[in-house]
Amino acid sequence: MTDGKSFVEIRHAQKSFGKLEVLKDISLSVDRGQIVGIIGSSGSGKSTLLRAINDLDPLTGGEVWLDGVRVNQTLPHRAYEKHINQMRQQVGMVFQHFNLFPHMTARENVSMAPIMLKGISKDEANALAEAQLDHVGMLERIDYYPSQLSGGQKQRVAIARALAMQPKLMLFDEATSALDPELVEEVNQVMRKLAEQHMTMIIVTHEMDFAASVCDRVLFMDQGVVVEEGPPEILFKTPSQPRTREFLRKHLESAK
Amino acid sequence: MDFELMLKVYPFFLEAAWITIVLSVLTAILGLICGTLGAFARLSRFAVLRFLGAAYVSVFRGTPALIQLFILYFGGPQIGIQLDAFEAGVIGLGINAGAYMTETIRGAVISIDKGQREAARTLGLSQWQAMYKVILPQAARLMVRPLGVNLNMLIKATALVAAISVVELTYTAQRYIGSTYKPFEMFLLAGILYMIIIYVTGRGVAWLDRKVQIT
Ligand SMILES: Nc1ncnc2c1ncn2[C@@H]1O[C@H](COP(=O)(O)OP(=O)(O)OP(=O)(O)O)[C@@H](O)[C@H]1O
Ligand SMILES: [Mg+2]
Repeated sequence: MTDGKSFVEIRHAQKSFGKLEVLKDISLSVDRGQIVGIIGSSGSGKSTLLRAINDLDPLTGGEVWLDGVRVNQTLPHRAYEKHINQMRQQVGMVFQHFNLFPHMTARENVSMAPIMLKGISKDEANALAEAQLDHVGMLERIDYYPSQLSGGQKQRVAIARALAMQPKLMLFDEATSALDPELVEEVNQVMRKLAEQHMTMIIVTHEMDFAASVCDRVLFMDQGVVVEEGPPEILFKTPSQPRTREFLRKHLESAK
Repeated sequence: MDFELMLKVYPFFLEAAWITIVLSVLTAILGLICGTLGAFARLSRFAVLRFLGAAYVSVFRGTPALIQLFILYFGGPQIGIQLDAFEAGVIGLGINAGAYMTETIRGAVISIDKGQREAARTLGLSQWQAMYKVILPQAARLMVRPLGVNLNMLIKATALVAAISVVELTYTAQRYIGSTYKPFEMFLLAGILYMIIIYVTGRGVAWLDRKVQIT
């Protein structure tokens, strides 16, 4: 750790889209190996915060640090590109809609970035793809195209693709929200496995039970601020803020 | 209808059709080059390039191709551009087709879901790597059909170079009308040959389109 910063450190994050202020002075630190869940209603800024971490949605104010390095630096275009590509290689991201490359097989989806960025040989790339797809239980579909896979299978391939770059940090943006209910568990299982392996993760989710079971800490966001945060057993069972209680109550109702 | 005459002049028309084909192929190649450059200019992060790309498209789509050919062929020598008719035809039609292809290629690129670029960038790929490995291979598949339409238009547009005396199909038909006084037969023969060229090309495009689709 460099000058007292946590592994992931967000300081006074502020983000506006035009006049709309989406993140209002959010600070957050995550230690190595920690798993942080982010919950909150639609439009509260969860995705925006997550996407600020690898500068996919650059902040309008504040700082993001990863492992002692400032992510959102102001640099001339080429220097910034070089810097951010370096940073992003260390951060895996999983999207709600998978965003697999449809013109590549599962194998190619997983091995493309390591081939391009780490200069590994064809054999190494194949071994890597096989190992990563095995890890998510997708080895037998290694030469399938995304269109030939179910949603749960696609998401597992997408996780393998992110892991193939050996990231220090994994970001999940509602990884199971687009899935049929019966396919959610297979993806959750993969995430649990990562948790057991002490991967540092930030997980945006609408699944309270899952968040409660894997997260060390959960943040509740509303209208661009972190209203409340704490260990899941406290945040879910005895939330102190009325807004948190209201959100959880509504969520419980709609789940019925 | 004078079938006998049609059969007699038919070999000369075939030769002319060959010129039309060569003209079309060269024009298509130049058009693709111009279209690719134009599309990259229009998609550039530099405002100057975007402006130049947009200006190219609006100038060449906003004026008749015939006028563009006349300016190049008849007006060219005045500003030091000496081209023979065939060269002027290829260059004029190619640059014109490129303006249409610019829009086709750009359209295909921007229609790729932005999640694709995001996924690529998130892995650490540069803008160029994301373009080259992820966006373009998908866009290329989408381009085949609309570029086929551009090709169809371009083949028909080659008839315009008859006006600057390139001895292709249309010019040949006109020349034989001068000696035979049978415009119906001569234009019909030219039309049939155009149709065959366009039909075969269309089948080729449809075949290519099927072939490149992802399983
Ligand atoms: N690119 C953008 N341009 C303009 N507004 C945006 C953009 N991205 C997000 N927003 C707005 O920012 C706000 C927060 O969006 P965000 O996607 O972060 O919410 P969220 O908490 O992830 O919601 P959900 O649960 O629906 O995914 C919303 O009001 C959204 O409309
Ligand atoms: Mg979201």
